[in-house]
Amino acid sequence: MPAVSKGDGMRGLAVFISDIRNCKSKEAEIKRINKELANIRSKFKGDKALDGYSKKKYVCKLLFIFLLGHDIDFGHMEAVNLLSSNKYTEKQIGYLFISVLVNSNSELIRLINNAIKNDLASRNPTFMCLALHCIANVGSREMGEAFAADIPRILVAGDSMDSVKQSAALCLLRLYKASPDLVPMGEWTARVVHLLNDQHMGVVTAAVSLITCLCKKNPDDFKTCVSLAVSRLSRIVSSASTDLQDYTYYFVPAPWLSVKLLRLLQCYPPPEDAAVKGRLVECLETVLNKAQEPPKSKKVQHSNAKNAILFETISLIIHYDSEPNLLVRACNQLGQFLQHRETNLRYLALESMCTLASSEFSHEAVKTHIDTVINALKTERDVSVRQRAADLLYAMCDRSNAKQIVSEMLRYLETADYAIREEIVLKVAILAEKYAVDYSWYVDTILNLIRIAGDYVSEEVWYRVLQIVTNRDDVQGYAAKTVFEALQAPACHENMVKVGGYILGEFGNLIAGDPRSSPPVQFSLLHSKFHLCSVATRALLLSTYIKFINLFPETKATIQGVLRAGSQLRNADVELQQRAVEYLTLSSVASTDVLATVLEEMPPFPERESSILAKLKRKKGPGAGSALDDGRRDPSSNDINGGMEPTPSTVSTPSPSADLLGLRAAPPPAAPPASAGAGNLLVDVFDGPAAQPSLGPTPEEAFLSELEPPAPESPMALLADPAPAAEHPRHLAPPAPSGLSESSQSSDRTWVGQRDSDGALPPPPTAGRMYLFYGNKTSVQFQNFSPTVVHPGDLQTHILSGPLAVQTKRVAAQVDGGAQVQQVLNIECLRDFLTPPLLSVRFRYGGAPQALTLKLPVTINKFFQPTEMAAQDFFQRWKQLSLPQQEAQKIFKANHPMDAEVTKAKLLGFGSALLDNVDPNPENFVGAGIIQTKALQVGCLLRLEPNAQAQMYRLTLRTSKEPVSRHLCELLAQQF
Amino acid sequence: MTCRQGKLRLQKWYITRELVQTVLARKPKMCSFLEWRDLKIVYKRYASLYFCCAIEDQDNELITLEIIHRYVELLDKYFGSVCELDIIFNFEKAYFILDEFLLGGEVQETSKKNVLKAIEQADLLQEKTETISVLSNIKS
Repeated sequence: MPAVSKGDGMRGLAVFISDIRNCKSKEAEIKRINKELANIRSKFKGDKALDGYSKKKYVCKLLFIFLLGHDIDFGHMEAVNLLSSNKYTEKQIGYLFISVLVNSNSELIRLINNAIKNDLASRNPTFMCLALHCIANVGSREMGEAFAADIPRILVAGDSMDSVKQSAALCLLRLYKASPDLVPMGEWTARVVHLLNDQHMGVVTAAVSLITCLCKKNPDDFKTCVSLAVSRLSRIVSSASTDLQDYTYYFVPAPWLSVKLLRLLQCYPPPEDAAVKGRLVECLETVLNKAQEPPKSKKVQHSNAKNAILFETISLIIHYDSEPNLLVRACNQLGQFLQHRETNLRYLALESMCTLASSEFSHEAVKTHIDTVINALKTERDVSVRQRAADLLYAMCDRSNAKQIVSEMLRYLETADYAIREEIVLKVAILAEKYAVDYSWYVDTILNLIRIAGDYVSEEVWYRVLQIVTNRDDVQGYAAKTVFEALQAPACHENMVKVGGYILGEFGNLIAGDPRSSPPVQFSLLHSKFHLCSVATRALLLSTYIKFINLFPETKATIQGVLRAGSQLRNADVELQQRAVEYLTLSSVASTDVLATVLEEMPPFPERESSILAKLKRKKGPGAGSALDDGRRDPSSNDINGGMEPTPSTVSTPSPSADLLGLRAAPPPAAPPASAGAGNLLVDVFDGPAAQPSLGPTPEEAFLSELEPPAPESPMALLADPAPAAEHPRHLAPPAPSGLSESSQSSDRTWVGQRDSDGALPPPPTAGRMYLFYGNKTSVQFQNFSPTVVHPGDLQTHILSGPLAVQTKRVAAQVDGGAQVQQVLNIECLRDFLTPPLLSVRFRYGGAPQALTLKLPVTINKFFQPTEMAAQDFFQRWKQLSLPQQEAQKIFKANHPMDAEVTKAKLLGFGSALLDNVDPNPENFVGAGIIQTKALQVGCLLRLEPNAQAQMYRLTLRTSKEPVSRHLCELLAQQF
Repeated sequence: MTCRQGKLRLQKWYITRELVQTVLARKPKMCSFLEWRDLKIVYKRYASLYFCCAIEDQDNELITLEIIHRYVELLDKYFGSVCELDIIFNFEKAYFILDEFLLGGEVQETSKKNVLKAIEQADLLQEKTETISVLSNIKS
């Protein structure tokens, strides 16, 4: 007879459940439920007091209705009445309702908490357990506030029953997970650790879970648990299959406890104590040995429990990553599972091997399974297993097998589930880039990606191929030829049009000699796709067209015709209209030379971490890019993933063997001090909000670039040429961008260069002199030419005068065509300032007034004077500047290669003195200087801590003035 | 816990309609684990009922599968050859057994004997109080 019949008396509930089950339709069911809800409501509201039994019955009905998927918004008060009852059966139902239908009404919570408090104090273990279960099930912050302090006491009290201890441990765990701040650490923690020795296996099981969670935040408080866990584990692993009686599960001794203990050990490094470590290694070996023994039962439960322990053991071995012998054994074991008939085991083996692939000890062993994994990718019927196989291929990829793996993944992509296509695309793109030996293979791979899964090729991927082609002149011709061929397909993906448009616009000339891809053919091929494309792509193609006019003068008439067409000139889309108008004007007004300058090939892109990798990490969470995380790897084990030679610092373009992506080492700027800041100024298409390959937005911080671009119809724009800044290596040149900004706006009338100088007469330290050169690049005279310097009003600016005193000599009001005029600026710093001054240039060109506003490269650090001091003085001053607002700190990723010499040059160029032998770590840089202003001197101390492994810096500035700390920190951080 | 038609029989915390549909759509020979949002789902089918557990990335899938099995064994032992109807009509019992076995998402007690002992003790208490109330009814 079923046990359930005993004592179960809620006939009304059973009748209601039967009624629901007998309903013939959904409508009938809802009708029945609504009838019941109305009935219960009236009973609860009625004048007649309900007895405990009826309340219990109705509350149960509400629970049942809730499980059917209906919202329940009443009954909580009755449930609270029930759980306050002294009758166990009523209490139990009351708690159940409250646990399942958690409610945030504060009055209710107060009542519940009261009842719980009484039960916890009742010394009746059954009541205590019910209360603990309820807290653990709800786990709200309010409950944490009410009970977090009491539960540790119950947990370690000598007279608590085992079952109460178990519930208390897990209840505390839940509260700690929800609100760790509410659980006070204290003397009880030591006693919790000793629960690992408890005789009752159930108590140990619950305690391990709690300790595993607590020790993550307080490893030192709990570190004695390691040796206790090892000895407990050792006793379990070596026990015979029947020793543990009811804790043996299908001939496996205490599998849950074993798994939890192994999990706990993964919170710590390998034990230092040799005896403990020896014992642990013995355990791990025993588990691996047992895996080879014939099974004691044919039941799947036996093998699952046994393998659960095995996989957890392998996780621990991987976590230690220090026992080559165990790692290789683990790998072989997983290799067997790769071909197991149980899908679950194949799945887990693939997953586990993924982490093994990143260990230098087992990477090669994992690679031997490549054929099995490729086969899994092709034949597994379950998408989750195929995905694991793709992950593993990605993880085991290195230079030796990249071509094979990439081609298999490409093939898989054709049939892959839509849900994982984007991820596969990203992975293929990353592998192709990372392990490319010849770039034509890389280009082919990316174009294949677009062909096979164009919809899933994100911007990051096709941007990247353009970046690489632009930076590597040995692949440009091949790329042009290949995209040209790809575009000939009758239906080609829009991303292909984008890549094709950009590449032909830059490098179409390299294939123009072949009559099959002559300029008119290239143009008509691209233009045949134009009308089917989105606005963004059409905008890009318009830029390609204007570039064609420069590359291939013979296409000029045709292209002008296209630009002139009403559909372009009066396009409803502002961006397209603007481009058409500007390009048309540019192509008709500008001389060939000017066109050539404006439409010159794009400069190489600054190297940096691949944005694709960043995207994959975002998609997959931390650890996703594991195959490419270099930090972990020992430099001596380079060959694991193909090894990248660091680029010699004298080479400014990557050597063919260098890392394509700059993932490891980006090529440093050619002459460090002179051009260190230039990276900031290069127009970077990939930072812009919209894709405008040839018309990239100017970076916000760029100096000498326009603040407000002229209106579309204005013929005026600015070009700046490199200033001969290197002549004056002191202040203005190195770190602050020296005015090399290339404005890519529509026209080309003037260029402004600047150089700075200490001048013939040595100026006071608060002052400096700057030379500006204005060049008229047209053949027409500029009239009423008048440049002035203004300081923008920011909140720091005094109403009457700005922070800078600028004296300018007037320049001639006329600038002849092709002529250049010079202007000298004497600048004195009166107070510290945050925003650079502006140069406003006004003149008339062809009768029309023109205005330009540019940022001058004058930043506060230009008034920096280096200060030498001894280590002792440095530390004394450092301590004096210890107010939180005096310190500014920034942790940031390196944008340039981390070269100590370059860093020194940048710091010196910034104006600071470099102090040797101050920082105990010789890798770090420490500097000091004084900002000289007329009103006051601001002492500045700085510390730069490079972390080559993580490719990160931490920069700390302490100055006597708060905004200066922050501002200098921002300025300096941009340099690395 | 859900039945083949997707009706929910028992739920705690995570399990949602959307997940139920995903699990029901899977074919028999597929593996018992799937990624769902940032969690892993471990599920197993027993006759007409599907049992699902949501676990975190680091958790052990196989042992979770055996958690499910142990729970089914507990239900089976308590009800005596459990069937879906037992769980429907005595869903509160299924909850109580679950609380004794798992708490706060962690295994509390793996011994079948100990779990059932706790439940039977509670039943005994229930019987006692009900006998008393019946007696008091007769008296009045």
